Amino acid sequence: MPYGPHTADDRERMLAALGIASVDELFADIPQALRASPLNLPDPEPELELAARLQGLAGRNRTDLASFLGAGVYRHWSPPAVDQILLRGEWYTAYTPYQPEISQGTLQSIYEYESLLAELVDLDVVSASHYDGAAATAEAALMTCRATRRERVLVSKAVHPHYRQTLAAYFGGGLELAEIPLVADGDAAGTTDLAALERLLADGAPVAGVVAGQPNFLGLLEPMAEIGRLAHAAGALFVSVIEPVSLAVLAPPGAYGADIAAGEGQPLGIPPQYGGPYLGILASTDGLVRQIPGRLVGMTTDVRGQRAYVMTLRAREQDIRRDKAASNICTNQALLALAASIYLATIGPHGLRDVAAQGAARAARLEAALATVGVRRTHAGAYLNEFAIQVPDARAVHRRLIERGVLAGLVLGDVLPDEPSLADALLVCATEVTTDDEIARFATGLAAEGAAHDHAEPARATAAAAGAVEAAR
Amino acid sequence: MTVVGERLQPTLFERSRPGRGDGKIPHPPKDALDRIPADARRTTPPALPELNEPEVVRHYVNLSHLNYAIDTGFYPLGSCTMKFNPKLNEWAARLPGFASLHPLAPDEVAQGTLQLLWELEGALAEISGMRAVTLQPAAGAQGELTGILMIRAHHRSRGETERDEVLVPDSSHGTNPATASMAGFKTITIPSAADGGVDLERFRAALGPRTAAVMITNPSTLGLFEARIGELLDLVHDAGALAYMDGANLNAILGRFKPGEAGFDVMHFNVHKTFSTPHGGGGPGAGPVGVGETLLPYLPTPRVLRADDGSFRLERPDERPTSIGRLRSFVGNTGVLVRAYTYIRAHGASGLREVSDDAVLAANYLRKRVGEAYDIPFDRFCKHEFVASATTLKKETGVRTLDVAKRLIDKGFHPPTIYFPLTVDEGMLIEPTETESVETLDAFADALIAIAGEAASDPELVKSAPHDAPVGRLDEATAARQPNLRWRPMTGREMPCPD
Repeated sequence: MPYGPHTADDRERMLAALGIASVDELFADIPQALRASPLNLPDPEPELELAARLQGLAGRNRTDLASFLGAGVYRHWSPPAVDQILLRGEWYTAYTPYQPEISQGTLQSIYEYESLLAELVDLDVVSASHYDGAAATAEAALMTCRATRRERVLVSKAVHPHYRQTLAAYFGGGLELAEIPLVADGDAAGTTDLAALERLLADGAPVAGVVAGQPNFLGLLEPMAEIGRLAHAAGALFVSVIEPVSLAVLAPPGAYGADIAAGEGQPLGIPPQYGGPYLGILASTDGLVRQIPGRLVGMTTDVRGQRAYVMTLRAREQDIRRDKAASNICTNQALLALAASIYLATIGPHGLRDVAAQGAARAARLEAALATVGVRRTHAGAYLNEFAIQVPDARAVHRRLIERGVLAGLVLGDVLPDEPSLADALLVCATEVTTDDEIARFATGLAAEGAAHDHAEPARATAAAAGAVEAAR
Repeated sequence: MTVVGERLQPTLFERSRPGRGDGKIPHPPKDALDRIPADARRTTPPALPELNEPEVVRHYVNLSHLNYAIDTGFYPLGSCTMKFNPKLNEWAARLPGFASLHPLAPDEVAQGTLQLLWELEGALAEISGMRAVTLQPAAGAQGELTGILMIRAHHRSRGETERDEVLVPDSSHGTNPATASMAGFKTITIPSAADGGVDLERFRAALGPRTAAVMITNPSTLGLFEARIGELLDLVHDAGALAYMDGANLNAILGRFKPGEAGFDVMHFNVHKTFSTPHGGGGPGAGPVGVGETLLPYLPTPRVLRADDGSFRLERPDERPTSIGRLRSFVGNTGVLVRAYTYIRAHGASGLREVSDDAVLAANYLRKRVGEAYDIPFDRFCKHEFVASATTLKKETGVRTLDVAKRLIDKGFHPPTIYFPLTVDEGMLIEPTETESVETLDAFADALIAIAGEAASDPELVKSAPHDAPVGRLDEATAARQPNLRWRPMTGREMPCPD
């Protein structure tokens, strides 16, 4: 065993102290008939060989592509300070700060996380933390049901499909979930249909909460204040699904009347790593503090009168309240909350604004470059740094562009099969790390694939591609 | 230890000075946001602290010094399996090919990670004796929810909607009843028998046509193998219910007991316990779930599949309509799973069995030593952890388990889990794990024995511990009564602490 300290003598000594000859005697209480068949697994692998195996597997992933893929997970520059601090064993090999006297580092860092995120979302209570944006959104929806004692939640179809699927699974216990459709055409196409929302609020069982995202899954900006007003008029709570970097420049949930904010904290310095670990952000107004699930750390004093921090309002948690707890969450994503805090501290308020604004600028450049090869946006509404484009035969073009070294965003038809208007749409994004060269490769690739709507002649496509390169510079 | 005035470390907000910290990101063009409608824009910038990198680094390094961690010392937190976190695991998860892969990258771009996940599913299925495994749940509690939702789907598919009860022993983790509630079930608590196991008679009496599932931790939270597990599982299945195994204590039985072979229908793994992925100050973990034949159709989507040509792919959303759907975005906490895969590969079949052998040997040795000065309520061979109690000590000296725990801090150890399970008076759940040397075990036992001596000779010394920690015992009552849950930059400097 690679990490075990025991020598043969050590084992003998322990066995002798117990008065037994073999460790097998310690397993005699497992009924004979139920003992395990031999483990059919490979032999132990020495570190040197295992390292080579892992490098081989990692090398089979293609991460060399010019990527325009976002859809809830975004490439960003994470200052190396973030990961180097995370690698200190005092952080990542500790556990839940059950003993506050020897956990003040973790506890203060959580208090600071709560404070930093409270600033960002403009709400007072931040729970630290949840599994990811989807699980945090599901917890937010459950919270609205507990707080209002109602059992029906409305979620915009412009919320990430994975989040909606997660909501549906969490609501499998008997609560009702209904979807608010998208506006089909016109200037507001692709955003939450307010008229439909009004109808859904008026008909059927009373609504506990309304869930909508800003920016929404299609990258578009939603009329959040109006959605919140409609929700509140019906006695429902308003849950805003946020993207944290955007909050440096977009109105925060607290400013447009959201009661709860939920979202994915991955953009705050956390690598994509094929799905996690990420950071579920969950925040609420003061009035909902006893309904919010997850860990809360408060500032207090110790017996010597020093400022100190401690986990608090623990009566919401499962180890105290068991079946009456606000949630079953125990292990959370604390290390990722720490990562987000270090990221925010390192990059600062101006840096965060620059990240958001730079993403918007790069995205506008991407839009312009794609326009020069005849590729247009699907929707007319305002966006921040992500938008849908119309590409005939989107799935095939997307596949062929990989061969050209470009990951052309997400094939929307794959994740929203019930939206026929998006059957030939790709969802693409840009961030501060997107380069002019990448944009040019994308545009020329699309031109070469004849992806423009007017089915450009090859010669025109080449000319257009040259224009795209110019536009991107 | 850096102590600044009356507080250990100023907050990030107190360190902030306007104008510090810039130059990480190129400045965007001035008109970058002009196309964003005014009513969607932020009018007041967030009052985040302005710091430069050296300050940030010192802040976090100094804060880290206030933490106790496995890398700094012995951490026998029962039920949490605080074993050494191998550094190879951290290196592996950070390989750029793994770390920078987008979760929606097409399958053809993600073959390395998909192969790793597929192999890991297979290894966990082999270890547990289950038919198949989902890697999606982000933690043990989410694994529990996944399992209970699958059980619900199974009963519904048979039209047995009247099954609305979940049975849990009174010694179970709090997550079990909380999960049952979350999935819309009623929790029925079964008292333990005198020997610490499930009381078979009361269990039989509670089972019925309304029972959907039974959640059992085996070995139990007392560190005892459930010797009547065979009869128990027969009773569950005869009643038409399904058996869930909480796998929190799997570290005790690797290669010795496979829950799937024994008849459990579903279980979760805590890879941050058994498979050495770090606890991260509270997370992240991962809570894969294994199922037998009965629940196979209901596994969350997407599963990782291998095609005939040896390539790997994710299941399409509409491919398996019986699935309970998804419990989170994307495939799971992949970065954590890379670490677990690395650990399982490093150990292989023989190494994993040795892990449990050594964990159980260490726990029994320590039990024997701690018994020199404390009550051992269930004094027989344990598995990977055991319960000690300060009942007699308290009677004789007035010193409680909480005091003993705090005094352990002065002696350089992290205290064990205390007052859990709830069924043991003045309980201490002690789990040494297999990565601690016999010298460490002896030093810990000696410290506990010395504290028992202090309790007799100088009880105040123990009752007022810790004396050598960065802070003393905390005013938790005020923290709960007047919660101060965030820094308020406007009033911060005048508000050193709540009164």
